[in-house]
Amino acid sequence: MSAFSGLRRLDRRWIFLAVALLVVVPLALGVHIAPVAPTARARGFYDAIERVPAGSTVLLSGDYDPGTIAENYPMHLAAARQLMRRNIKIVGLALYPGGPPLTDQVLSIAGAEYGKKEGIDYVNLGYKAGNELVMSQMGSSIPRTFPVDRRGVPVSQIPVMRGIQNYANFPLLVNISAGYPGTKEWVQQVVSRYHLPMVAGVTAVSAPEYYPYLQAGQLKGLLGGMAGGAEYEVLVGKPALATRGMDAQSLAHIFIALMIILGNLAFLGEDKERRR
Amino acid sequence: MKRQVPFLITLVAGIFCLIGFFVPHPAVRTFYDEIQQWVIVVVGATYVLGVANLLRINLQQVSTRARDWPYKIVLLIGMLAMMAVGFTNGEHYLDSNSGFTWMYNTFYSPMTATMFSLLAFFIASAAFRAFRIRTFEALLLAIAAFILMIGRVPIGNAIHPAIPAAADWLMEIPQNAAKRGILIGAAIGVMATGIRLILGMERTYGGGGGGS
Repeated sequence: MSAFSGLRRLDRRWIFLAVALLVVVPLALGVHIAPVAPTARARGFYDAIERVPAGSTVLLSGDYDPGTIAENYPMHLAAARQLMRRNIKIVGLALYPGGPPLTDQVLSIAGAEYGKKEGIDYVNLGYKAGNELVMSQMGSSIPRTFPVDRRGVPVSQIPVMRGIQNYANFPLLVNISAGYPGTKEWVQQVVSRYHLPMVAGVTAVSAPEYYPYLQAGQLKGLLGGMAGGAEYEVLVGKPALATRGMDAQSLAHIFIALMIILGNLAFLGEDKERRR
Repeated sequence: MKRQVPFLITLVAGIFCLIGFFVPHPAVRTFYDEIQQWVIVVVGATYVLGVANLLRINLQQVSTRARDWPYKIVLLIGMLAMMAVGFTNGEHYLDSNSGFTWMYNTFYSPMTATMFSLLAFFIASAAFRAFRIRTFEALLLAIAAFILMIGRVPIGNAIHPAIPAAADWLMEIPQNAAKRGILIGAAIGVMATGIRLILGMERTYGGGGGGS
């Protein structure tokens, strides 16, 4: 019996343990394996926000829940930071039922850092059921679609909502998305109908789906997964959660590649023995 | 009548919504918006039905001691506890120090994040046990996977800048071409299904099943 064929009998719990160590140790020790280099996609996201005039109001839709918090939350927070640093007001919302508390956290953390006040500089409109219909309705009237904010305050009494009627009042849509409803639906319902410029931050597994929209110019920038979040954090100048996770992700990716090679060597060893 | 009335409603509503999407005239737009509001209300109401259905099915399974019935009890307790705490907190349920927020941060958020992160363990195990390079196509897939896995993280750039460049080429040229084809195909399929629904050739929504 060769060493490789013996690998076939490897208890998968050893693999689980190796993955756990490769993820936990770099996160705990904060080692720095390689620097993060921003791609053109992340730069497009950053530049689109930089082009928005100070004092404008941007729509920030956080369409995810805690299931994808590791990937979506860092980019959501970094986007709020860049917007507030540039004195851009934020109208936040979520099309995932579990999403509004995350938007609350992101806005309050960034708000505290830049001295911004809820209601004056930002608002969280909360969640509304209806997916694409909500997007479509907002094209007619945002105050009618969201008559009150997440805390039940009528939008007519919220200073940041003054003058906001529909998409024509926003220079940019920033979407952080985990799937459906999310980036694809915003492009189909809003970008193509109302020609609102848009950038998106999405999970790594769904990112390939949005490359056609990016290449067609319907998306001005795209952040894919934690790696995209880390690139964006570097551009914003506040390396945080995603940047810290990059070493763990680098090691996990190398380990998975190694597992594919070892698994095939074990398969070859076993096959050779069977032929003998 | 039982078949004709739903068909007529679908026909009229379908054609009107199609017109409403493309015609911005106020007369059309006002009614189009009104219909959309109705649908949003109906979608909201289905959440109540969803909760009722969840209760009915799980209580039934617990009472008959069906497979995995103890987990159904955990599910019911979790759902009812969240609802009870939310209703008890009243209009302050969203406050940072409310019981509802505490339950969201302490239970809901870490548990759902854990479910998603388990993928890392299963992918590593599956890579070892199931990814077999038996054919030329599988070899191509493996090479593309290696380039993307290493090229998408900072260590790829540290090894050699050509790795992330190759990963970008794979994503922007072959992947994009395939994805665009799939998107166009799916869009044509959706349009065909929509037309079949509006014309009454597809009546699965009526509960009768099948089409013609």
